Amino acid sequence: MSLLILAATLLLLTLAGYYMGRGRSVAVSQGVTHRLHSRPQYYGVYVALWCGMPSFLLLALWLALEPQIVEMILVSNLPASILDLNPDQRGLIVNQITSLALGGIVGGNITPEIEAAARDYAGMRQTGFAAMAVLVLCIAIFGLALGRKQIATTLRARNRVETIVSAVMIVASTIAIATTIGIVLSLLFEASRFFTKIPVTDFLFGLQWSPQTALREGQVGGSGAFGMLPLFAGTLLITFIAMCVAVPVGLYSAIYMSEYAGPKMRAIAKPILEVLAGIPTVVYGFFAALTVAPFFRNTGDALSLDVSSESALAAGIVIGIMSIPFVSSLSDDVMNSVPQTLRDGAFALGATKSETIKQVVLPAALPGIVGSVLLAVSRAIGETMIVVMAAGLAANLTVNPLEAVTTVTVQIVTLLVGDQEFDSAKTLSAFALGLMLFVVTLTLNVIALRVVRKYREKYD
Amino acid sequence: MAMAAENLVDENPNIAEHKIIARDVSVYYGEAQALKSVALDIGRNQVTSLIGPSGCGKSTFLRCLNRMNDVIDGCRVVGDITLDGEDIYDPKLDVVQLRARVGMVFQKPNPFPKSIYDNIAYGPRIHGLGEAKADTDEIVERSLTRAGLWKEVKDRLDKPGTGLSGGQQQRLCIARAIAVNPEVILMDEPCSALDPIATARIEELIDELRENFTIVIVTHSMQQAARVSQRTAFFHLGDLVECGDTQQLFTNPNDERTQGYITGRFG
Ligand SMILES: Nc1ncnc2c1ncn2[C@@H]1O[C@H](COP(=O)(O)OP(=O)(O)O)[C@@H](O)[C@H]1O
Ligand SMILES: [Mg+2]
Repeated sequence: MSLLILAATLLLLTLAGYYMGRGRSVAVSQGVTHRLHSRPQYYGVYVALWCGMPSFLLLALWLALEPQIVEMILVSNLPASILDLNPDQRGLIVNQITSLALGGIVGGNITPEIEAAARDYAGMRQTGFAAMAVLVLCIAIFGLALGRKQIATTLRARNRVETIVSAVMIVASTIAIATTIGIVLSLLFEASRFFTKIPVTDFLFGLQWSPQTALREGQVGGSGAFGMLPLFAGTLLITFIAMCVAVPVGLYSAIYMSEYAGPKMRAIAKPILEVLAGIPTVVYGFFAALTVAPFFRNTGDALSLDVSSESALAAGIVIGIMSIPFVSSLSDDVMNSVPQTLRDGAFALGATKSETIKQVVLPAALPGIVGSVLLAVSRAIGETMIVVMAAGLAANLTVNPLEAVTTVTVQIVTLLVGDQEFDSAKTLSAFALGLMLFVVTLTLNVIALRVVRKYREKYD
Repeated sequence: MAMAAENLVDENPNIAEHKIIARDVSVYYGEAQALKSVALDIGRNQVTSLIGPSGCGKSTFLRCLNRMNDVIDGCRVVGDITLDGEDIYDPKLDVVQLRARVGMVFQKPNPFPKSIYDNIAYGPRIHGLGEAKADTDEIVERSLTRAGLWKEVKDRLDKPGTGLSGGQQQRLCIARAIAVNPEVILMDEPCSALDPIATARIEELIDELRENFTIVIVTHSMQQAARVSQRTAFFHLGDLVECGDTQQLFTNPNDERTQGYITGRFG
């Protein structure tokens, strides 16, 4: 609570810094602001940064480090009788002390020593906080004064503010890049642990997936086969079916919307199509499981075909429907951005509307269309919920869309749901699958980029 | 205004002499009238230039001649326009055929995002001219030569047309229009996006093309109209004010609005 008040005070000070800086700059210029090096706002931001940045940084640092430091002091002050205990028990007592100090409910027997330590601990934290608060406020006020004092018509406030802003942007992008690298590294690391248990070749080329391994010695039922092919085959089968639905429907509706529909029709149809993109996949999932899959099974029965109640076809079609707006909306946008003068050029040569669309508009829009299809493909590959609900969990290696299949993402989910040991081959295989999925989507993206670039070189 | 226009055209125009004969042409964009009862004859194998201040309806009139106004939503054309005596707004007439006979070059060069070769070959292909590769090759070479571009691009026919300079692109568009062997070429300010040297090249080209084609050119530059055209029509606020021999129109205009425009008092 007092932390909140402190933060609010700092914010207020920063805000005050902004107005003081701005006002001061106007005063310094004697009201003729174009004599200033920068616009008055920049002087405001400049002072605000002097006031807010160091103090908030210090506050953040303190919040991050203080608990550890105080705990270290606490441990070093403990009586020898406790220090001599083994690390586990000592940890338990330290926990007791801290929760006692914070007024929590504490189990176990509380000796006077523990009580004394808890009092010390609480005291330390309070003093620490008070000292820090005073320090932070002093720094803020000092910064404010310092910033304000520097204001002169020659102060290059804009350049300095912009330097800081660009530093912030660099930090932000570094965080994004570092996170990506971190995720990839952890995938690699965990996957390599998996490959020490299961040979890489078994994983890459195995035709069987049944990740149950024996937990205990001599347990029956789990031999453990980790061949990824059935999973990737299932993923590809479902993605293929989905694209068979999404690409033609999406592309044709994009062509209709951008080339044939009047402005009124477009204004209605486009938002409706985009609503499709906003439906949660779970909703599509039960649509697939409760409507589409039974429909295919009944139709199959009527035609005396053997359709399982969970089929790749049902999941694929529903994923395809889900992906329509990705293809249609993006393709519509790119086709719209094809300049009207190109169409006019074709019309003026005597091309019909359909010739113009096929031979001029579509080729010009191709890079964007390829991009939109690839976006839909990666959505389909990554789709989990619909597959769980409509295509089942059985890892069949098949190209028959009427059978149940499973996909990589679904298996990753089932591997990690529930209580698991995090070093069994079963859970580690999830990381290997994730790595493979990552490699596949990355390759797809690279290929797509190549295709698009080649096309661009030729025509742009 | 109908009065003034009538004085300028024959009551019984001569088809042998005039390629296109427009009578009483009015164009509406929705409610707004952009052209008011225009009557104009376009001479065979002549260059006719359309001049006038912006928004006076020059482009609108030009687009009537190959029915490019059909493409614009809410645009309505009334009146009679004949090409060699044939009514081009006849419902039985095929627009595709018409546009093959009346080609068009636009203000901004608009080559297709295809190779130079395919840009030229596109028109002949859709009209079924030159089925064989050799025929197409020949059409491409002939069109580029007539547009004065062959020497510059003959080694890079497979390179994108969009990679050429602005002036070259515009000549490519002219070559593309020539390739379908039209009878009339319409040009809507073809030099307004080009530098003076490229403009001079195109003007030369227009003069050469006159031998085989009937040309109608919209231009903002009166010098250009004087240099390239034999006849000039002056439009003002949707009216055709005056039309006549270029020399005569620039030296001795009949209407004071024309006088005002060519001496730079407005527009
Ligand atoms: N596509 C269109 N929709 C509505 N009005 C148009 C359109 N094109 C032109 N106009 C109007 O018609 C008039 C004539 O335009 P235009 O023929 O382009 O003139 P110019 O080519 O002589 O500058 C102008 O008032 C213009 O605003
Ligand atoms: Mg115009």
